[in-house]
Amino acid sequence: MNEAMKIIKPGLATSVQDLGRKGYQQYGVVVAGAMDDFALQAANLLVGNKRGEAALEIALIGPEIMMLENTVVAICGADLSPKLDGEAISCWKSYFVEKGQRLSFGKPNNGGYAYLAVAGGLKTPEVMGSRSTYVKTEMGGYKGRFLKKGDYLETGFPSSKLKQLSGRSIKITKAMDYQSRRHIRVVLGPDRQGFTEESIQQFLTSPYKVTPQSDRMGYRLDGPPLDGEADIISDAVLPGTIQVPANGKPIVLLADRQTTGGYARIASVISVDLPYVAQQRAGNELRFAAVSVREAQQQYVKREFLLQRLNMAAGKF
Amino acid sequence: MVRIEPYGDSGLRIQFGEDISKEINETIRCFCLLLEEKKIPGVIEWIPTYTAVSIIYDPLILFYDDLKIRMKQLLSVLKEMELPPAKITEIPVLYGGEYGPDLSLVAEKNKLIEREVIDLHTSKDYLIYMMGFIPGFTYLGGMSEKIAIERKSNPRAEISAGSVGIAGKQTGIYPVNSPGGWQIIGKTPVKLYDENKKSPILLEAGNYIRFVPIKEKEFADIEQQIKAGNYMPRTKTMAEGME
Repeated sequence: MNEAMKIIKPGLATSVQDLGRKGYQQYGVVVAGAMDDFALQAANLLVGNKRGEAALEIALIGPEIMMLENTVVAICGADLSPKLDGEAISCWKSYFVEKGQRLSFGKPNNGGYAYLAVAGGLKTPEVMGSRSTYVKTEMGGYKGRFLKKGDYLETGFPSSKLKQLSGRSIKITKAMDYQSRRHIRVVLGPDRQGFTEESIQQFLTSPYKVTPQSDRMGYRLDGPPLDGEADIISDAVLPGTIQVPANGKPIVLLADRQTTGGYARIASVISVDLPYVAQQRAGNELRFAAVSVREAQQQYVKREFLLQRLNMAAGKF
Repeated sequence: MVRIEPYGDSGLRIQFGEDISKEINETIRCFCLLLEEKKIPGVIEWIPTYTAVSIIYDPLILFYDDLKIRMKQLLSVLKEMELPPAKITEIPVLYGGEYGPDLSLVAEKNKLIEREVIDLHTSKDYLIYMMGFIPGFTYLGGMSEKIAIERKSNPRAEISAGSVGIAGKQTGIYPVNSPGGWQIIGKTPVKLYDENKKSPILLEAGNYIRFVPIKEKEFADIEQQIKAGNYMPRTKTMAEGME
């Protein structure tokens, strides 16, 4: 392992994330992981990594990073105006970077979370099978916290020659435009019966605005309050679960959600639409549409095919 | 009535009852043992709670309808399954003083002396109904209502790992440092969460814990043993009708 990067400026909330800490939720262990799991996987594939390697999650205001050795990087997800030695570079593309070069970010143009993958992956210690950072209990990642000025990050060995890994790109589609308006698909339940039929209809027809009280744990939404039994006997909550507390304002639970919760759950966002939700910023409006589990799972399979195609096409995207 | 329903596109939820009870908890423990044993491909993990088990699965391996059939099969053999006796883990606690700053308040509000609060708190075995909130946190049932007390109106910014507290009719242990509003009556040197261990979480839903009062000397001794890596809390199996 090599010290490959030094943090010059930390940015707003830069952390090491992979696909999350799975398998320990029955013990109350929070999954954490990338807010946008698609962008994380795409960034890894571009630099020749396995899909679930750890990368830097960069929120809204990016860091400044000095590269300490030659490597290949790719930035996917939000467009936070990435630059290499001050020159603009593109998202969804891999670049060869030389020792001494600096990566920085500028104006957030589209979305809120970007993923910077480095060839070989970030090699912070694994905790319960994952390198994801859960800041609240200081678990995993780089010392369990957001990065600070002067931190050094180590990487593993690249999977191929750097020349082969650089210059690869993914075609940008509508799915990567987080400003495009679209409905967020949900599967209703499991506490659907706790809500009136009017409330369900209201949920599916009214816009809900992302409020500033939103973070990696979940996005609090504002809109017409939903009428229902607010409290349930504490039960499991999953990624994308939409809880409705007593004030009737829904909360979409995201990466840093606790494993259980006590509010009624009206629906869950389907897996393939979660990255789009995660990329919304305070003030943006969300609209929901109900789909069947079957349809949600078909979409999931479709996305997997896309990721596998990217994987196989490595080198000639 | 057992109900199976989808929970998002990667979850399946089985509801075993409507209220918090020891019987439902036993059924859930039994079902989780079956899940553990069967190792169904595509099932990633599950979260048992008071009345339900939520199973998280990979839709690339199993669609909802397939998993539902498998779950029905498991449920049909559930009745014939013999449940191994639950384990009781002893949790040594140093009550009061700087480690239990709210012990006097709990006594005062309940018109007891501190000794009586400790006796009531240690006189029972507590069933671990579920885990959640923070890594390793246990939701325990069975605390005497004689020592119930409201949460602090102003939560503490940090409660240290090992603190034992009361909130309403519930008692619990903070496994990691965390902000919190529980009234803190004591502290255990035992680590409920230790990320350096192969199994980082000490306790498990469906089992029991018993609080045992200790003195400062023992607290320090146990802390030493933990540091040296040769401490294991005492556990025994729950014999019939022992409670």
